Amino acid sequence: MRKEFCETIERIAGENKEILFLTGDLGFMALEGIRDKLNERFINMGVAEQNMISVAAGLASQGLIPLCYSIAPFVVYRPLEQIRLDVCLHNMNVKIIGNGGGYGYGIMGATHHALEDLAMLSSLQNMRCFIPFCNEDVSLVVEEMLKYKGPSYLRLGFANKPKEISLPPYSALRRIDIENENENSDKKRVTVVALGPITINVLNVIADAIIKKEKLQIDLFAVSEMPIFELSTDFLESLKSSGRLMILEEHVARGGVAENLALLLMKESRFRVDFDFHSIKMKHFCAQGYQELYGDQKYHQRLNQLDPDSIAKNILLF
Amino acid sequence: MHINILRVKNVNFDSSYSTNLNYLQEIKFETLKTLLQLHRSANSGHIGSSLSCLDILIYLFFQEMQKEDKLVLSKGHAASALYSILFKRGDISQDTLNSYYNKNGTLLSAHPPCNGMLQGVTFGTGSLGHGLSLAIGMALANRFKKENKKENKKNNVYVILSEGDLNEGQTWEGLLFAAHHSLNNLFIIIDNNNLQGFGRSNEVLNLESLQAKLLSFNLNVVTAENGNDFDSIHSSFLSLKMDKMMDKIGPKCIIAKTTKGAGISYMENRLEWHYLPMNEEQYKQALKEIKEIKEIKEIERS
Repeated sequence: MRKEFCETIERIAGENKEILFLTGDLGFMALEGIRDKLNERFINMGVAEQNMISVAAGLASQGLIPLCYSIAPFVVYRPLEQIRLDVCLHNMNVKIIGNGGGYGYGIMGATHHALEDLAMLSSLQNMRCFIPFCNEDVSLVVEEMLKYKGPSYLRLGFANKPKEISLPPYSALRRIDIENENENSDKKRVTVVALGPITINVLNVIADAIIKKEKLQIDLFAVSEMPIFELSTDFLESLKSSGRLMILEEHVARGGVAENLALLLMKESRFRVDFDFHSIKMKHFCAQGYQELYGDQKYHQRLNQLDPDSIAKNILLF
Repeated sequence: MHINILRVKNVNFDSSYSTNLNYLQEIKFETLKTLLQLHRSANSGHIGSSLSCLDILIYLFFQEMQKEDKLVLSKGHAASALYSILFKRGDISQDTLNSYYNKNGTLLSAHPPCNGMLQGVTFGTGSLGHGLSLAIGMALANRFKKENKKENKKNNVYVILSEGDLNEGQTWEGLLFAAHHSLNNLFIIIDNNNLQGFGRSNEVLNLESLQAKLLSFNLNVVTAENGNDFDSIHSSFLSLKMDKMMDKIGPKCIIAKTTKGAGISYMENRLEWHYLPMNEEQYKQALKEIKEIKEIKEIERS
């Protein structure tokens, strides 16, 4: 997604002179285009993330729009207090860009993974966290993020959208349109909610021959923003019909998608006579934590049952 | 390499300062009274920290700073000094001032508020180490704001740091950055009273050779030998500005040698006045002392 992110920023920042790009000394073979396009509005802050975030807050207080870029864990955990106080409490228009959320930096090891970033940031006042689900989605999500004049976090990963799938309009919880063959009410139906790029793993499963043979109907929803504040009618209708909810997130359980949804569903259940939270069967797969052994992102997804094969197996068993 | 050592020069004070000095002294007496009364009625601590930097704040607000200039009080625990001054300037009403610290629902917490609701306080502070970077951001913004580019305007940004701020790693990140980017509209004032949270600074985390440390970071540094005296503060600012070369090349720093609890004999240079509130007897004693100082100053001037 980084390539698409850079192209988007080059396009937008070319016109909007208030945008500044700050990096924590990262971006080799990636940010050169932005650097050349933005000239003095591109600043390498050095490996000093705390200073970067507070400086960004100072810049934003004067009406500028700073984008702070680094590898996700470095730009989230080290300067967490600076984000909490200088950015969020003062409601500053600072955009934090974390590359490689989840296990994105795989073999680089645990220091480079970010499994609690959304829990930490989405709990902060005024903060909106944006998670594009595929490379093609980045420009839409970045534009949505820039429309909001407050603290934002963009979690970048990597995933290619299958050609036949069209990009849905933006919302926090988006229905992905899938052609369900021979749609009829007898088929087993599962409502699947996936965080960001895991959506693509689910799409790969749906294309799988075994799933097709089983004639399952899968209603797929991508989480593109956290926190989620409300559930769409579309989502609730799907859940009522399916009675099965599978949640997949490359993030720890605490403060993640499942906890967020559970609270919203409990509230819905309280006010709707036609919807009973307790009748819904739920399966939840998430990051179990930082592991002892390392591999690429796919390896870590397999260990946590977030890869296409495990997702297919678990959907069949549901 | 440019050598940034500056000596505070024996200069003839400019007429604008000399004329303003009486006014500064007046304001000092008034804000001191407000400050002591605030702490007494609220039964609040941090008096020593506020007294330590009160003169610097008065000098900045009523002598140095222009309309568009900005200030960050990184040592947020000296908020009562800032509030007393903002009250004098009319940015805080009497009602708001009366609510300080001990009325629920007040805007005036023990540290400057983080909600942008107080005129004159862009950033709330209280967790040490943030202020310099915030000030850097505001100073750096000067280069990118369209209206400034057109009119070739320069807004100065002032930040007051404590020893506690200098313990924090972020401050040193900021110093590196400010010097690297030659932020010539940034003024760093260090309230150097050699006392911090739980001991003397040179015993807690030694900052000695502070001037050498800052010089080695390529900052323009002067020392104000008495940071609780307007003449000394003014001389330092003059020295920094007189050198045209300095003015162009980068951030300026004043190490202001101050006294914690300055002006109140039983508070001066004592750690406990970081925390303690005054009892009635101590309050009366403090009022008596500031009155005496005022009278002495008046005699000196006449």
